[in-house]
Amino acid sequence: MTIRYAAFATALLATTALTTAAASAETLRWARAAEALTLDPHSQNEGPTTTLMHQIYEPLIVRNHAGEMEPALALDWAPSADNPNVWVFNLREGVTFHGGQDFTAADAVFSLNRAMSEASNFKELLSGVIEVRAVGDYTVEIETDGPNPLMPNNLTNIMMMDEGWSTENDAVDVQDYAAGEDTFSARNTNGTGPYVLTSREADVRTVLTAFDGYWGIGTFPLAASEIVFTPIQNPATRVAALLSGEVDFIQDVPVQDLDRVANADGLGLATAPQNRVIFFGLNVGADDLTLDDVEGANPLADPLVRQAMDIAINREAIQQVVMRGQSAPAGVISPPPVNGWTAELDMYPAYDVAAANALMEEAGYGDGFTIQLDCPNDRYVNDEAICQAAVAMFAQIGITVNLSALPRAQHFPLIANGETDFYLLGWGVPTYDAEYVFNFLYHTRNDGRGSWNGTGFSNPEMDEMIVSLSSNTDLVSRNQTIADLFALAEEELIYLPIHNQILNWGITDAWQTLVDADDSVKFKYFTME
Amino acid sequence: MFSYIIRRVLQSVLVLLVTGLVAFAMFRFVGDPVDSMLGQERTMQDIERLRENLGLNDPFVMQYWNFLGRALQGDLGISYRQGRPVAEIIMERLPATLELAAVSGLFALVLGIGLGVFTAIRRDGFAANAIMTLSLVGVSLPTFLIGILLIYLFSVELGWLPSFGRGETVDLGWWTTGFLTKSGLIAIILPSITLGLYQMTLIMRLVRSEMLEVLRQDYIRFARARGLKERTVNFRHALKNTLVPVITVTGLQLGSIIAFAIITETVFQWPGVGLLFINAIQFVDIPVMAAYLMLISVMFVGINLIVDLLYVAIDPRLRTEGKS
Repeated sequence: MTIRYAAFATALLATTALTTAAASAETLRWARAAEALTLDPHSQNEGPTTTLMHQIYEPLIVRNHAGEMEPALALDWAPSADNPNVWVFNLREGVTFHGGQDFTAADAVFSLNRAMSEASNFKELLSGVIEVRAVGDYTVEIETDGPNPLMPNNLTNIMMMDEGWSTENDAVDVQDYAAGEDTFSARNTNGTGPYVLTSREADVRTVLTAFDGYWGIGTFPLAASEIVFTPIQNPATRVAALLSGEVDFIQDVPVQDLDRVANADGLGLATAPQNRVIFFGLNVGADDLTLDDVEGANPLADPLVRQAMDIAINREAIQQVVMRGQSAPAGVISPPPVNGWTAELDMYPAYDVAAANALMEEAGYGDGFTIQLDCPNDRYVNDEAICQAAVAMFAQIGITVNLSALPRAQHFPLIANGETDFYLLGWGVPTYDAEYVFNFLYHTRNDGRGSWNGTGFSNPEMDEMIVSLSSNTDLVSRNQTIADLFALAEEELIYLPIHNQILNWGITDAWQTLVDADDSVKFKYFTME
Repeated sequence: MFSYIIRRVLQSVLVLLVTGLVAFAMFRFVGDPVDSMLGQERTMQDIERLRENLGLNDPFVMQYWNFLGRALQGDLGISYRQGRPVAEIIMERLPATLELAAVSGLFALVLGIGLGVFTAIRRDGFAANAIMTLSLVGVSLPTFLIGILLIYLFSVELGWLPSFGRGETVDLGWWTTGFLTKSGLIAIILPSITLGLYQMTLIMRLVRSEMLEVLRQDYIRFARARGLKERTVNFRHALKNTLVPVITVTGLQLGSIIAFAIITETVFQWPGVGLLFINAIQFVDIPVMAAYLMLISVMFVGINLIVDLLYVAIDPRLRTEGKS
């Protein structure tokens, strides 16, 4: 019995040893919680999908780890000297697609038009574009309905496809889920990126191999010759897979497991502040809240109440206890790398229950009131725990908060439909410009803007300033407008900032990388010892 | 007989239709798929247009009617999450779940009967008591905890078995199997133990109590008096007579093994229909949720129908009732 058992164990050991050896030193096995939804580069504008796309396809301009724009398929770009409404992009020459086709201006025009089409999730980023045209083989002009200083910022996730390949394979149109379409481009790829898709089973395994015709060979380390991607949803299993050596790199290390990963032999953490700020939104626009106990009035419409709530939040306690140090307390609705952010703005008020109670008294709510807080429980790091901590903090100033924690699919529609009085939200700024913050979160909600403004807040003066940001090309006056907008926002206090998230990637010691603030891995930068 | 069968089949179809109706009524509480389908930059117009295009503004009865109409033509729709035909995705995932269910069912049956007989025969032995005590753990610990404990022990500490996935699979054209590769075989060990442990304990306790009952019967005593070998008495006479209820329970448990697979599949990232369903709920992927629930209810209703028909075949009294 014992002998047989031992033989069985040895056999198992041998097989696992074999699998470890078979995975050559240059294979990078990568796991994260979420799977890419599609392979169509213009269909889904969502983190995990975009991250996978960045290995296979490339945009004209790409962001590096610091969030700065770097030339990718465009070498340089500038507004046209003749027409302020036109941006001119000079393209990189000698770039080939995985299928061998040359990348030219016609492909760029085709791709940008495709990204602007009805079924594309990227069309809002190109909403002011009138025409995209090729001037010669390696120059592209984008004409907008007015000067657009942010055009390059908006292109960093818009991937370039080959026109010929798309036409031949009937993939000219972006996949339209609503029409029940199943398109070629959702299952097949042909990009210019550093890695070629070798095989893919959705939710199981995606294999990428290095592209031997890549233009960036010699420019980038490109240490991984093969990448095997597996989504592992369960956090405990994901960490176990890293600890047992079955994967080399995981993107989402749960905060409670950080010490384990950091202390494990041969493993380390790569850490950087994330481009995402977490905050509470307050319904200031309603005449009367639906889920409170104050009749005929909206306590949140009173600036004194909002100030009291602001100083009743103990941001440092949330950082230390709920986030285990993995957050940076914030004083403004803007992550630090964003244009317009200043350290002064980000100063958060001191936690002061006595002063908060005095403000409540002054506002006429000395006895407090009851309100409901809507919170997601599967979207941000420890989102529900943050809300639970806040419930206790608001109780100290007499506000009884009923917590309703829901999955994201139920939480976000509450904000979209304006059905919440008090909610938690996180905001990343992919354009790295404050215009993106004001446009979506502060502008009056109408057809085109303010779609994430669930507060009912409306300030025509601010609206006018926000609209001017998208066409003001004079950087000095534009930045002044942004500073003025932040000053107004601070006065209004419709959002109570909590903190900026911190990203932690778990990785074996054999590999080195810097962490990207957008959580968008770019394997071409990975180096190996 | 014939009219009885027709009546049972019609009842089954009615149950299926009602299940579907209840499912569609529930979908609205799961959330709104539109938010996951559109990017962060979506405008209020985009939301409204997509809702309209997907038919989400229609009353749920209408949505259900449209689903049925298409399903009868063999079209289960396109997954909101993956953008591929639902029928294709389910056929791709079904082998993983069925293989896992088969292995864990087999594990539960073989070990459950073996240990049940052992604990019944060695009723007061130390080993039997130890097994009985340990089996309480199997019943009382939740599946996900058992899974995580097994991963911690066998993957992280000992490094013997993989913590996630199905290993390499072989595509037979209509079926992908993990039984033909070494990595596939070692990958199924932990998930099938996790999934089968509860059922194993159940079968073991059932066999044990049935055995104890049977061993007290007169014919066992007579068999012993005749001087038959202990093994013959225990296995030929006693065990055989305990198996009838065991088989009934095992059959009924088969359905719940597939249903419980959801948790096991999530813990081990096992790419079966259970994991597919969990992802569909998180994304509010209505076509996948609808197809999965219909599949499961067809399965349950089918099993029950077969059982009912078997009763008729076994019990002549039901047959005459049907005739009258």
